[in-house]
Amino acid sequence: MMGLRLGSIRVLALLAGLAVLAACGGSGSSAGKGSVHVLAVWSGSEQASFEAVLKPFEEQTGIKVLYESTRDLDAILQTRVQAGNPPEIAAAPSPSTLTTLANAGKLVQLDNGILDMSTFNAQYAPGWISLGKINGKLYQIFSWAAVKGLIWYDPKNFAAKNYQVPDSWDSMINLQSTIKGAGTTPWCIAVESQAASGWPGSDWVKEIVLSQAGPDVYNSWWQGKTKWSDPAIKAAWQTWGTVLGPGNANVYGGKNYILSTNFVNGGDGLFKKPPKCYMHNQASFITDNFVKQNAGVKAGDDFKFFPLPDVNSQFAGAHVGAGDAFSMLKDTSQARALIKYLTTPEAQAIWVKRGGKLSPNKSFDLANYPDEITKQVAQVMTGAKIFAFDAGDLMPTDMRNQYWKAVLDFVSDQSKLDSILAKLDAVQATAYK
Amino acid sequence: MDLSQLLADVPTLVAVIIGVPAVLAAYIVGGEYLVRLLPDKLRPSVRPWIWVGPALAFVAAFLVYPVFGTAYRSLFDKQDNFVGLSNYAVQLGGFPSGGAWIAIRNNLYWLVFFTLLVLIFGLLFAVLTDRVPYESPIKSLIFMPMAISFVAIALIWKFMYSYQPPGEPQTGTINAVLSVFHQDPRLWVQDPNVANQALIVAGVWGFVGFALVILSAALKGIPGDLLEAARVDGAGELTIFRRVIFPLMMPTIVVVGTTLVIFALKAFDIVYVMTNGNYDTDVLANRMYKLITIPDTGNAAAVAVVLVVAVIPVLIFNLRQFRAVEARR
Repeated sequence: MMGLRLGSIRVLALLAGLAVLAACGGSGSSAGKGSVHVLAVWSGSEQASFEAVLKPFEEQTGIKVLYESTRDLDAILQTRVQAGNPPEIAAAPSPSTLTTLANAGKLVQLDNGILDMSTFNAQYAPGWISLGKINGKLYQIFSWAAVKGLIWYDPKNFAAKNYQVPDSWDSMINLQSTIKGAGTTPWCIAVESQAASGWPGSDWVKEIVLSQAGPDVYNSWWQGKTKWSDPAIKAAWQTWGTVLGPGNANVYGGKNYILSTNFVNGGDGLFKKPPKCYMHNQASFITDNFVKQNAGVKAGDDFKFFPLPDVNSQFAGAHVGAGDAFSMLKDTSQARALIKYLTTPEAQAIWVKRGGKLSPNKSFDLANYPDEITKQVAQVMTGAKIFAFDAGDLMPTDMRNQYWKAVLDFVSDQSKLDSILAKLDAVQATAYK
Repeated sequence: MDLSQLLADVPTLVAVIIGVPAVLAAYIVGGEYLVRLLPDKLRPSVRPWIWVGPALAFVAAFLVYPVFGTAYRSLFDKQDNFVGLSNYAVQLGGFPSGGAWIAIRNNLYWLVFFTLLVLIFGLLFAVLTDRVPYESPIKSLIFMPMAISFVAIALIWKFMYSYQPPGEPQTGTINAVLSVFHQDPRLWVQDPNVANQALIVAGVWGFVGFALVILSAALKGIPGDLLEAARVDGAGELTIFRRVIFPLMMPTIVVVGTTLVIFALKAFDIVYVMTNGNYDTDVLANRMYKLITIPDTGNAAAVAVVLVVAVIPVLIFNLRQFRAVEARR
């Protein structure tokens, strides 16, 4: 440092000054018509499908869509919102995550200028629209839907053993005993899903709650007004226990398999020769996994479904469904264009044709459904007398996490039901504040 | 790698690549110039502060301020009302299985077993590899897991612990080995009885290279003539280890040990990826993360403060030991 010539000091100072100038003046020069960031949970084949949906949009408008995927969407979205760096558009399987953000004022209202509300109201059933409204303002739209409570089975296996598709809860329990008596476990269940492990089991319980206790109890339950230890809710868990059997005897691989197998592989046991199980309860999007993971398996020939029978004939025709909601977090012209695009039946058709999704849009052309099975699922959705949105998705994050954990605990040891429900009540007491 | 985003904003790129070093250099040159303006007496005391200035500013902004900010945040609830110490009551209440106590218990498991296992295996490998000619390749092999992230280690071990029902071909390495010996496969990560141990094993596998390398260096620092003298006196290898090698390596073992303890208290990646805290494996860092996602930053901050308070004594001890080792050089 002692021997620095004045000349090199001058050069350094010049460089430093230039750099500061460049940094101040040179930002924001993105190329083209702009870009929009989308954050969602889809990866693997689902991501490929979503990107196929975005492709025509990018080609028509020249806007670049930068898609980012994470399974831990709640955490990432919250962090980025708090950091002041949210993606322009976020998808989340759970409206409750987005509701928290809407209440904090972080979402852009969609029904005063961004969407063409006359078209929107014509194309979507009131149920789907009101799900997206918070305090009467529209903050989220639903692009795709899924139906839960579909029991998948291999018709060839049923025919081989002369099993009849059950049309009532009792006949399903009878079928269950028959299959067990013949030496195979009737059910395949798999609940592993990394940070969300337990959710497939929670689907079982909420479907039983809706069908056994009815929509009023169902709604007051996810709203935190009915306790988990309430006899109606406890009865639902016990009913599931009769499906699982004591010590999970009715399920392939017992507790070990249920807890350690990822949900995408849950139905693979249906297609093994000899079959490991005969029935698998899963939402409509599992068909994509059936086909991709089991060589030569085709919809209709190798797998069909029957809706979970009504537990209580008083609440016949009740089904649980879920959907993929989108919300806007930053109001830019590119984000507006994208969210408008995502409400159109044409955009939704792209993914529907690839399999695994349904469209909630009323003007959706049924011919777009890739096969007879998906069409039948769509008909279950539109024809359901009581169609309820996924209760777990509507609960606050910590309640939902405890719900999933309760599933794991129940599968591990059904006799601990009371202490499991007590823990759920404890979380419920603070989660809804 | 998508470089198009990087190249979309060339002026900023130029500013970063050229500007950052240039500004730093200019700062130092400017600082030197100012120091030279001062009388000779003051220069040695002022100069270090100028050089250390930027680093100190960064540490203050990104480490010190957040610590106090977190502690302050822990006094508020979800709706930003001041609630004093009630978040701590929630986290530290309900002993022995409520609040954060299971996480604290698990962190203690990690603290004891992770540290002990890494030290034991590190020491064992250090002593054994010291005596063989192919020492270098073996040490490199054992050190390799340190090069991958702990998330990758967790995923690898998740596959290793995979389970298929008995009678099916096993997809997990551990269960496959069991089936070779005609044992039934079992759950590892989803079984609360062994889940903690399963996770700790994965952590040990990832970290043993670190201990090996440092302990091996310390081992080589032991003067050869001490060992010669011991052998001449008729001591067996085991006695030499117990009476000569181990005591002389003690300071290094302690430093490595305290680093391991700090890591054990921070353990997150492995727990998050393999079980997300289910099956009785929750640890404080994971608990804090889950609280943030609710979002319940007050409670999360309370857990963070508990963790900091637990680590401080270890940090102080570690620093003292480090100084002792340095002083011995």
